[in-house]
Amino acid sequence: MAHGTYARPGRVRFLSGVVLPALTILLSGCAGEYVQNAMDPHSDFAHTINDLFWTIIWWSIVIFILVEVLLIYAIFRFRRRPGQPLPAQVHGNTRIEIAWTLAPALILASVAVPTVQTIFDTQAPPAEENLQVRAIGHQWWWEFRYPQLDIVTANDLWLPRGRKVDIALESADVIHSFWAPKLGGKRDLVPGHVNHISLTPQVADLFWGQCAEFCGASHANMGFRVVVAEPAEFDRWVQDFKAPKPPDTTDPLAAKGAQAFITSACIGCHRIAGTPAAGVIGPDLTYFARRHTIAAGMMPNTPENLARWLRNPPAVKPGSKMPNLNLNDETVQALVAYLGSLK
Amino acid sequence: MTTRAMGATAAAAPAVSPYAGGVWSWITTVDHKRIAILYGVSAFVFFLLGGIEALIIRTQLAVPNNDLVTAQTYNELFTMHGTTMIFLAIMPLNAMYFNYLVPLMIGARDVAFPRLNAFSYWVFLAGALVLNWSWIAGAAPDTGWFGYANLTSPQYSPGKSVDYWLVGLQILGVSSLASAFNFIVTIVNLRAPGMRLMRMPPFVWMTLITNVLVALAFPVVTVALILLTFDRYFGTHFYIPQGGGDPVLWQHLFWVFGHPEVYILILPAFGIISEVLPTFARKPLFGYPFVILSGIGIAVLGFGVWAHHMFAVGMGPLADAIFAVTTMAIAIPTGVKIFNWLATLWGGSIAMRTPLLYGVAFIAMFTMGGLSGVHHASPPADLQQTDTYYIVAHFHYVLFGGALFALLGGFHYWFPKMTGKMLDEKLGKVVFWLALIGFNLTFFPMHMIGLLGMPRRIYTYHEELGLGGLNMASTIGAFVLMLAFLVFIWTLMKSLRSGDRAPVNPWDAPTLEWSIPSPPPAYNFAVVPTVQSRYPLWEERSQTGVTAGDGHGIHLPNPSFWPAFAAVGLLAMGAGGVSHSVPVFLTGVGIMLAGFFAWAFEPAS
Repeated sequence: MAHGTYARPGRVRFLSGVVLPALTILLSGCAGEYVQNAMDPHSDFAHTINDLFWTIIWWSIVIFILVEVLLIYAIFRFRRRPGQPLPAQVHGNTRIEIAWTLAPALILASVAVPTVQTIFDTQAPPAEENLQVRAIGHQWWWEFRYPQLDIVTANDLWLPRGRKVDIALESADVIHSFWAPKLGGKRDLVPGHVNHISLTPQVADLFWGQCAEFCGASHANMGFRVVVAEPAEFDRWVQDFKAPKPPDTTDPLAAKGAQAFITSACIGCHRIAGTPAAGVIGPDLTYFARRHTIAAGMMPNTPENLARWLRNPPAVKPGSKMPNLNLNDETVQALVAYLGSLK
Repeated sequence: MTTRAMGATAAAAPAVSPYAGGVWSWITTVDHKRIAILYGVSAFVFFLLGGIEALIIRTQLAVPNNDLVTAQTYNELFTMHGTTMIFLAIMPLNAMYFNYLVPLMIGARDVAFPRLNAFSYWVFLAGALVLNWSWIAGAAPDTGWFGYANLTSPQYSPGKSVDYWLVGLQILGVSSLASAFNFIVTIVNLRAPGMRLMRMPPFVWMTLITNVLVALAFPVVTVALILLTFDRYFGTHFYIPQGGGDPVLWQHLFWVFGHPEVYILILPAFGIISEVLPTFARKPLFGYPFVILSGIGIAVLGFGVWAHHMFAVGMGPLADAIFAVTTMAIAIPTGVKIFNWLATLWGGSIAMRTPLLYGVAFIAMFTMGGLSGVHHASPPADLQQTDTYYIVAHFHYVLFGGALFALLGGFHYWFPKMTGKMLDEKLGKVVFWLALIGFNLTFFPMHMIGLLGMPRRIYTYHEELGLGGLNMASTIGAFVLMLAFLVFIWTLMKSLRSGDRAPVNPWDAPTLEWSIPSPPPAYNFAVVPTVQSRYPLWEERSQTGVTAGDGHGIHLPNPSFWPAFAAVGLLAMGAGGVSHSVPVFLTGVGIMLAGFFAWAFEPAS
C-alpha cells in the first residue's frame, strides 16, 4: 500500500494469501493505482472508518471459512452410499442451538461496540475554529463556498493539509452525495437539510470524488477533485482569490474572448470575480484555468476539451443545464483563450 | 420404523391432463395449480426481460467511457431491471410456489378464496403491463426502483415516466395484498385434520410469515405512492422542500416497506431450502422450532431496521447507532438458520441431485451475502459502501445466489409434481454449474469494484478509476449466466416434451404433496388426509398417502370470468392514470365495480 502506516500488510498477506487469493489482489500493493480506492485512507475520518471496516471483515472472513468448510465437508463426508441404511433421525439439539445463537450474538456485540463508538466519534458537531466549507450540490456540478474566506469556487475543493475542515453539505435541487473515497465516507446533500462531514486531510495530493446518490441524467458526470495543498500553498491560493487579477489583455484573442463573455449569455449564469460577470446559476469561473477538469470531473481542463464543451454542452454532458449557444468557431476560440488566461 | 420405502408407489396419473383446455379455460380458471403456472410462466418471461436489461447494462459497463447506450437509456434500464426483478420476477415466482404448493402441502383442495386468487394474478399482469408499456410509450421510468424524492417531483421528472412507475407499483400492490390475505386465511383455516401449526412444512410456515409481511408492509408503500401521486397530479408538496415538504419522508416510508420487502423476497427461499435439504439428506430438518422461530424473529426485526438504508442521509449519531444495533441483531436469527441447515446435512445420507446442488449453493452464496450485509450494518463502514457496487454485490448474493438459486432448486424439486415429467438431470447439472460460475464471475468482482470506488447507477466511468478489468470480468460472467439460462430453457422444453414419467414420489420426500399423482388431479386429494406428524410420508406411510378414490362428487369451485374482468378495470384505471385521463380512469372504475358485482352474485355451482 502506498501509505503503509495504517495498513496491516502482515496479517493481510498471511490470511488472504492462504485462503482468498482474489482478496490478495485487492489488498496488496494496488492501493496507489485506484484513484477512488475507499481502502486507501488519507484523512483521519477515512482511517477511522477503514480500521473499523477491517475489524468487521476479519470476523466475517473467519465465519465465512467456517461455514463453507463445514458445508463442503458435510456434502462429501455424508454422501449417500449404495445400500446405506436410513441415517439417525436427529430432530435437533437445544443446547447446540442455543450455543450457535449466542456465539453470533457475542461476535456481533464485539462489532457493535466499536461501531457505536465510531458513530459518535465521527459525527462531532462542527466547531468554529475549523475551516468552514459549504458544499452545494447542483445538477450536475459542485459549488464550494468558504464563508470565513469569502471565496466561491466550483468542482475543485481546495483544502490545507493537517487542518480540520467542517464541510456543510447542502443541495440546490435534488439529493446528491459527497464522496471522496480516500478522504472518508460519503454523506448526502439533501434539499432543505444541512449535513456535515468533518475531516483532517493528512497528505497533500489530488484526490478524486464523485456524486454517489442517483440524481438524474448526468449522475455519472458529477465528479470533483479535492486539492489538498500544503498550508503555505493553500494560503497563497486564498490570497489569489481574495484579490483576483484583472483579465490579461495582452493576448488579443483573450481580450476578444473577455469581451464576448461579458456581452453574451455567459454572464447570465457565471461569475468571474473582478469582472462584471456575476451570474450565480452556473459554476463560478474565477481562476478557471486552475481547475483540473471541465464539466465537473468529465474531462481534463485542456483547450481542446473546453472548445468541445463550448460548442455544444448537452452533447458532451447529457441533460446539461448549459444550453447549446450556437457559438461560432471564432467565438469559441476567443472564449477558450480568455478562460485559459484566468490562471 | 427403521427403513423407508424408496422410490414411489405407482399411482395412476389422471387419464386426461389436468391442464387440458383452451385459452378460455386458463382465463377463467380458479384452480390454484393453474394459477400457479400462469404466475410461473409470466414471471419467467419478465425474468428474461429483466435479464436482457441486465445484459445491456453489463455490456455498457464492460469498458470505461462506453457509449453503447445513452445516459437516459441506461437510467431507464437499471430502474426497470430492479423493478422488474423484484416485483415481476422474484415475487411472482414466489407466488407460483405459494399457489402450487400450499394447498397440496396442507392437504387442501384449493386456497380459501379461489376467485380472489385468480383476481390477484390478473391484477399482477395488469400492473406488469402498465410498467412495461412505458417502454413502448417511450417513457420508461428512470429514477431507480427506489424512486427517491424529490427527483420524482414534476419539476425534476416532468414527463410520464414516474407516472408509469407509480401507477404500475400501485396496481401490483393490490395484487400482492389480495394474495397475502388469501394465503394467510388458507394456511390458518384449511389445514388437513391433525396438521397443527408446528406440524406444518417449513415452506408453509415461511409462506405464512411472508404474507403477513406483505399485509403489513405494502400498505406503507401504498401510502407513500399516494402522497407521491398527490405531489405529481394535484400539486401538493409532501416530498418537495420548496413547499415545506421533505424528501427524507419518502425514504423513511419507502424503506419501512422496502426492508421487509427484502424478507418477502428471501423467506420463501428459506422455506424451499428447508424442504429440499431434509429430503436429499433423508433426515428431518434440524431444529424445526428454531428455524420457524428465527423466521418469525426475522420478520419482526425486519420492521425495525429500515433506516440502515439511510446511514448517509444524516439522521444523527443516535439514530445511526440504534439502527446499526437492530440490523446486527437481525443477523442472529439468520445465522441460526444457516447453522440449522448445516446440521440437517450433517450425519445425513446425501444424494447430490440437482435440487440439492442448488440447496448447497444457496447456503454457500447466501452466507456470503449475509456477511457482507453485516459490513454495511456498521454505519461508519457503510459510509464507504453505500451506493457503490459493494452493495450491488451484496444484494445479488442475497437475491440471486440466495433467492433465485433456491427458486431454481425448488423448480427442479417440484417440476415432476407439477408436470408429471422428470427434469433432465444431466442438463440440470450443466445449468447449475454454468449458473454458479457465471453468478460468481459476475458478482464477486463487484465487491472490489465498489470498494475501489465505483458508485452505483452510473452509465459510464473513467479509465483512471482502474476498474476496466474487473468490470470486463463481471460482464463476461453475465454472459455465462445468459448461457446458463439458455440451456435451462432448452432443458425445460426437452423435459416437457420427452422427459421420463414422474412417479408419485420420485425423491422419497416426506410431505403431503408427494402422496398424490403427478401432476395432481384438479381436486388434489380424493380423500382429505389426516396428519399425525411433521413428515407424514416418512413416519406414517400406512395411515396417509395415496388414498383410494376417484374424486367423484368432490365439490370444486366453478371457473369464473369475473376476476379477470375486474382486473381489466384496474388496467383501464392504470391507463387513465398514466394518460391523465379522467374518463378512462372512471371507465376503469366502472368495469372493476361491474366485475366485483357480477362476481359477488355469481351462482356458487
